Amino acid sequence: MTALGILLVLALLLVVFGLLFRLQILTSIFSGSSAREFGTSNRVNGILMLVFMVVGGAAFAWSFGDNYDKMNPPIASVHGHATERMFWITMIIIGIVFVLTQILLFVYSYKYQHQEGRRAYFFPHNNKIEIIWTVIPAIVMAALVFAGWKEWTRITGPAPKDAVVLEVMGKQFNWLVRYPGRDMKLGVVNYRLIDATNEFGFDLSDKAGLDDFVPGEIHVPKGHPVLLKIRSRDVLHAVYMPHFRVQMYAVPGMPTKFWFTPTKSTDEMRAQLGNSKFNYELACNQICGRGHFAMKFTIVVDEPDDYVAWYAQQKSFSEQNPDVLASFKQKEEKLVVKEAAAAVATPATKASL
Amino acid sequence: MAANLPNQAQVQGGIGVTEPNTTHHEHELHDDHHHDQHWLFKYVFSTDHKVIAKQFLITGIFWAILGGTLSSIFRLQLGWPESTMAWLTPVLGKWVEAGKLNPEFYLSLVTMHGTIMVFFVLTAGLSGTFSNFLIPLQVGARDMASGFMNMLSYWFFFTSSVIMFLSIFLETGPAAAGWTIYPPLSALPQAIPGSGMGMTMWLVSMALFIVSQLLGGVNYITTVINLRTRGMSMSKLPLTIWAFFLTAILGLLAFPVLFSAALLLIFDRSFGTSFFLSDIYIAGQALPNTGGSPILFQHLFWFLGHPEVYIVIMPAMGMVSEILATNSRKPIFGYRAMIGSLLGISLLSFVVWAHHMFVTGMNPFLGSVFMFLTLIIAVPSAVKTFNWLATLWRGNIRFTSAMLFSIGFVSLFISGGLTGIILGNAALDIQMHNTYFVVAHFHLVMGSSAFFGLFAGVYHWFPKMFGRMMDEKLGYIHFWLTFLGVYLVFLPMHYVGIAGFPRRYYAWTGFEMFSQFADLNKFISIAAILAFFAQFIFVFNFFYSIFRGRRATENPWRSTTLEWTTPVVPGHGNWPGEIPAVYRWPYDYSKPGAEQDFIPQNVPYSKTQSSNLPYENENE
Repeated sequence: MTALGILLVLALLLVVFGLLFRLQILTSIFSGSSAREFGTSNRVNGILMLVFMVVGGAAFAWSFGDNYDKMNPPIASVHGHATERMFWITMIIIGIVFVLTQILLFVYSYKYQHQEGRRAYFFPHNNKIEIIWTVIPAIVMAALVFAGWKEWTRITGPAPKDAVVLEVMGKQFNWLVRYPGRDMKLGVVNYRLIDATNEFGFDLSDKAGLDDFVPGEIHVPKGHPVLLKIRSRDVLHAVYMPHFRVQMYAVPGMPTKFWFTPTKSTDEMRAQLGNSKFNYELACNQICGRGHFAMKFTIVVDEPDDYVAWYAQQKSFSEQNPDVLASFKQKEEKLVVKEAAAAVATPATKASL
Repeated sequence: MAANLPNQAQVQGGIGVTEPNTTHHEHELHDDHHHDQHWLFKYVFSTDHKVIAKQFLITGIFWAILGGTLSSIFRLQLGWPESTMAWLTPVLGKWVEAGKLNPEFYLSLVTMHGTIMVFFVLTAGLSGTFSNFLIPLQVGARDMASGFMNMLSYWFFFTSSVIMFLSIFLETGPAAAGWTIYPPLSALPQAIPGSGMGMTMWLVSMALFIVSQLLGGVNYITTVINLRTRGMSMSKLPLTIWAFFLTAILGLLAFPVLFSAALLLIFDRSFGTSFFLSDIYIAGQALPNTGGSPILFQHLFWFLGHPEVYIVIMPAMGMVSEILATNSRKPIFGYRAMIGSLLGISLLSFVVWAHHMFVTGMNPFLGSVFMFLTLIIAVPSAVKTFNWLATLWRGNIRFTSAMLFSIGFVSLFISGGLTGIILGNAALDIQMHNTYFVVAHFHLVMGSSAFFGLFAGVYHWFPKMFGRMMDEKLGYIHFWLTFLGVYLVFLPMHYVGIAGFPRRYYAWTGFEMFSQFADLNKFISIAAILAFFAQFIFVFNFFYSIFRGRRATENPWRSTTLEWTTPVVPGHGNWPGEIPAVYRWPYDYSKPGAEQDFIPQNVPYSKTQSSNLPYENENE
């Protein structure tokens, strides 16, 4: 009943608007203003241009300032500080261009609105000005490209030899993480061996995999380079860690990588933010299906000593799943020959800790 | 000036009459065939470029309303993730589960919104409408080179539209892998139900759409090259035609690559090949596919996908240039630079595609190359912007609805274009990739801008299309509400993006790092829904004015180009008599010494002695 009432009111409103519209047309015909090419509306629109610029510009500036703190995720990696600086420098440069060009656009629109008896200035081109405003953007762009290229090369360059290595694997709809264990070597895995228990597809006939462990959260040491080896076992995902300014796709069939150096431990960040529950989070940033928005994983940045202690405590996958290990012992001989060719993971680089 | 011989014979699309464009039977053209023409061939299966243009436009309006509705639904979800959606059950049916929107259907919504807006509205609706309508009228041709192919172009688009529309009602839902349909998600129905029949229909629909684009594109290019009237050298073409011409070339070169990607994806989905699939364990099963690369698909997709954004924006740029000049009563500033920058953008648009892929695991060196090429493309874009500003400078501006939307276009193009400098920088893209910063960027620079170009074009050429004027007051209200709405939606969206909010998220409530902008997201949703409703002012104005609008005159905007030399409603063949010859460039506005503040292109220099520049007298 209420729905019907609302519909009725809406219908009546539309009729009222329709009638008002018709009335407005008839009065404008009657008063003769519809025959004039330039009515008062030209002046009104000109003024509105100016009003839009001033009020809109002020509102934009205010809201930007108001939200500035909220829009900057705290930084916790070495390269993050560099890219953050570059981001805001670029923002300032484009901000200046933004303000200047928008002001010119709206002020010109206002200032050069139609006036009786004035004629527009016939000004088809001017090579000098055109060369200037082609060359200046080109120079600015060149500078930005150069800075970006230098930073990009540094970030994507080879990881330091002593980096801590861990593997992150995306699946619908959560993350799995694997550390190389005491031997600092990630064991061979094979997607054909995946099942409900052996989620990574460990091929435990490879000795290097025996001490690999699969923790429930990522731990990394503060101040030490960390190399993420990234895989997916079904569709595309993306490892996205905003606090560390880290992002890289997880691609089935094509391992990817990203290395970074965390600079603040979880405890330090908690203190800095005054939030005792703060945790670094890992999110999926490539559409992957129903649970895309809920692929959360926790990252803990430890002091190096704590990290070593944590690492030592972890139990290996094979130790926790003796059944899986036993099944490999039985068919070991066959498997090594048959499956080695299809192995997906490359031997791990050494880690120093 | 260049020789203009090719136009001696005007080929008649659809009728097949060849008319030597010189003397005798000039009056036959018009009245012969069409009085007894069946309405079915006059309005439905028409080969007349003007009718086809209107078909594209009205289909485009239908799609735009649907695309906008979809976005309103997902903005409701993003603004109020905790609220009940039960009241939408009558519309969405089983996609509302226990008062909540189904997350897979949410992904379908964003996928279909993107597909519809990019392809069906801003490619077919914009370029399809105005390339068809304006190319023959502005180059001085009776019709397109092949009216029949042109008709096919629309009907392929129509069929493609029907298939895409039907897919929305599938039991398993429409495609849901994002408008970029990256495999393996789009290849495996086990991964998401939308990748079943919904994806199949998406691919079939898109294949037909590509056929439509190619048929249209070949026609546009041929018409511009071969059917220009006497005197219409390439250097006298209005900028609209240059833009449509280059857009058609881009489409012709880029769309086949999307077709190949779609074909390979169809093979992977249905015939067990492994172009894009490798090492996949899904739904309790290890798939046999090995050796394929999902990244290969992205290369193929973006090889179309990036030129596609220029296919969307260049026609808008062309029309805006034309409208700014006409209503500032000034020549467009730097006509040759405008053509040069269009050429530069066209060329560069083919070598920047991988900037969508900096963090896909692609070789970082490749990333460096594409970063360099991407930031170069900012230069021609900047030149265009400065030239538009210089066109306004010391003009005598008449704020028609079309002019307002053109000024709005420039403003949005600046706002959205500048953030491209950030996203094109690979080092900064690490953080910004796939966040709402990207969403805000492209909605301003290609989405809203192209829409503004479309509106500007409709308001400006409506009198020539329907012989009546659109209501100006409603146009003003429509403009100011839309302009305000667009900024209220997309400026705050940048903040959300800088904070790292990922796109295509059903809700951000699961993450602490994405907890801070709940209010802002509500605000964006409200602004988006209001801006969407403001569009119905346009829809009303459009359909009302077709039937009841004020009657137009032949040249209501006092413009110089050839379409305004036709009758109020041009009939089949466009000009009742001989096609006018062209003597001058299209931007002789406010020329010193001239009687009026515009001199149409078909007025010879011999009649304008008082305003001729020295070299123009020599030319005569």
